[in-house]
Amino acid sequence: MAIINDQDKAILRELQGDLPLEPRPFARIAARVGISEEYLMQRINAMMDEGIIRRFAAILRHQKAGYTVNAMVAWKVEPEQIDRIGMKFAACEQVSHCYLREVPADFDKNLFTMVHCRSEEELNKLVTNMSELLGLEDYAIISSEHEYKKTSMRYF
Amino acid sequence: MANLTSLDKALLNMMQSNFPLNMYPYKTMADKLGVTEEEIIARIEALKEAGIIRRIGAVLDARRLGFFSTLCAAKVSGDKINEVAEIINKYDGVTHNYRRTHEYNLWFTLTAPSQEESRIIIDELMEKTGVHIVSMPAIKTYKIKVALEMEGDGHHK
Repeated sequence: MAIINDQDKAILRELQGDLPLEPRPFARIAARVGISEEYLMQRINAMMDEGIIRRFAAILRHQKAGYTVNAMVAWKVEPEQIDRIGMKFAACEQVSHCYLREVPADFDKNLFTMVHCRSEEELNKLVTNMSELLGLEDYAIISSEHEYKKTSMRYF
Repeated sequence: MANLTSLDKALLNMMQSNFPLNMYPYKTMADKLGVTEEEIIARIEALKEAGIIRRIGAVLDARRLGFFSTLCAAKVSGDKINEVAEIINKYDGVTHNYRRTHEYNLWFTLTAPSQEESRIIIDELMEKTGVHIVSMPAIKTYKIKVALEMEGDGHHK
């Protein structure tokens, strides 16, 4: 775990918000933090190298960007198969996230994938194909019915 | 904004995976896409207004910062679920919360300064909502994808 000084915290506090829409947005942020624009760029790059900043990018609303059908698909995978299967899912274009999770006794599907498709039909086809290809018969498609909250984490 | 133009798509792809980290990021993208900086800023403004771009900024690594993240789930009766979701939403560490098609019908993500802290918050939520909440932290990550490819880009203009 990285130790972050107050100045870097102040920088991250700004960067976890929304970048100003003006020709020199980082100059604005640097002024708010009280450092030079050049030094800010250095710190951003350094924190990216350290992996504290995973990426700097536009965050989209998938649904509005045309990926209308998103589902969480949880799969029951035997322990000795996990790495092989996890890597297969990771290579799949429509899979955005894939995690092995610690699960409760009444939920035996341990490998979680987040799948994004443009239609229900495409999603069902994809999941069926994966199931057959990987020999995974026990799975659950857990679709979202209602979004109660979707924000970005503010750490500081 | 139902139809994205080829410029929009090229711009979204660039901003998702290759956002220029220099003093003039909008000018840099404008030059690459062969339009003016004003045009780029106006397009981004429109894409934000349409709700397609949520924000432009840094995505931090919770674990590197010493934070603990977990996926939580609960089985809630239909008549109580909105109320329960509302109580859960009040916590800043809850960033995603969805009603889903499963016996476990409420799923939310929780990020806390430590695992103990997450336990305390979950206990508090169980007490406030009266429902049992299970925590399913990730043991291993195989993929966190960064960008969704917009089709039909690359031949803008």
